[in-house]
Amino acid sequence: MSVEAKVKGIVADQLEVAIDKLSAETTFEDIDADSLDVVELVMALEEEFDLEISDQEIENVNSIGDVIKYIESKV
Amino acid sequence: MISNYNSIIAGTGAAVPDQVITNQDLEKIVETNDQWIVSRTGIRERRKLEEGLSSVDLSERASREALQRAGVDPSEVDMIIVATITPDYPTPSASCLLQARLQSLKAGAMDLSAGCTGFIYALTVAHQFIRSGVYSNVLVVGAEVLSRVTDWEDRSTCVLFGDGAGAALLQRSSEDKGIINFSLKSDGRGAELLIIPGGGSAHPASQASLDNRLHYIRMNGNEIFKFAVGIVEETIYELIEPEGLKPADLDLFILHQANLRIIDHVRKHLKLPSEKFPVNIDRFGNTSSATIPIALHEEVIAGRLKEGDLVAMVGFGAGLTWGGILMRW
Repeated sequence: MSVEAKVKGIVADQLEVAIDKLSAETTFEDIDADSLDVVELVMALEEEFDLEISDQEIENVNSIGDVIKYIESKV
Repeated sequence: MISNYNSIIAGTGAAVPDQVITNQDLEKIVETNDQWIVSRTGIRERRKLEEGLSSVDLSERASREALQRAGVDPSEVDMIIVATITPDYPTPSASCLLQARLQSLKAGAMDLSAGCTGFIYALTVAHQFIRSGVYSNVLVVGAEVLSRVTDWEDRSTCVLFGDGAGAALLQRSSEDKGIINFSLKSDGRGAELLIIPGGGSAHPASQASLDNRLHYIRMNGNEIFKFAVGIVEETIYELIEPEGLKPADLDLFILHQANLRIIDHVRKHLKLPSEKFPVNIDRFGNTSSATIPIALHEEVIAGRLKEGDLVAMVGFGAGLTWGGILMRW
């Protein structure tokens, strides 16, 4: 499975949104993700991709596309 | 591991103040709103103790109920342990004040400071006295008056906390039930994440400590949230794996009521039904060391804890501290 598909799957699962509603352009705001949702999302991503993601690194991450780019730069 | 002397909870009790503070009430004090508070925390209202009363008043009510339900006279109590971060005084201890109120005159008395994990720590300490055969009846209390250390100008924390107390009478039993396993952990490197900086020897009360609002709870919410969702599940496995149990084998998970989102996260991750995870944070907010004994008492009263049920209690909080207890009811 591609990073994109995995990320979309995790976001859909964590935030309970339909996966076909998600694109690279979808922002956290679009799917009503608050700061605690982001924390949970980061934890799920850390588990899936076996990463440690610091708060500073995700400060500028606002969309699904940003997440995919970030993960691809790490794995 | 069950020894010759088992520790059972023979009676429970709880006490909360009458005054209800709703989210709408808070909207008048700080810039916040009901929808924000409910979606972020699950809290709808909390209780606030009236002026003139203090921690011991709640402790006494909860304790008397626990003793009565256990059928134990206060004079038969061997030891009193009160878990609290808001005792009546820096000294003497909250447990000594309670001992006098109850007239439990043969009992030793001590307080235990482990933040929101206090009740789990206290129950574990009590368990050691029972299991070693030293004592027969240990009264364990979690009591907090957090409204007295809440910064009512800080909208990120003042919506979270409430006042209340819960008690359990831990008793020696030869029956094959009671506490099966426990886990106590800490990580002092996270001390600053949840702290009342003033009032101790680092920053004793002074005009400056008052001006700088050092006597109130300060919390890094996101970091604590992340810490909590990680360790709750870890603790559950630590409790059940040595016994060859799986999460689905348990009947009830009484988790510290700090944030509904933490409870939901754990429940979803374990793929278990919500009936197994009692919630009272909507009514009482976070009452620190009191949330677990209050929730336990509510389950007992409602008849949802039945003889033979397996129950895990897990706490986490300032310190950082965390821990859990597995017991067969």
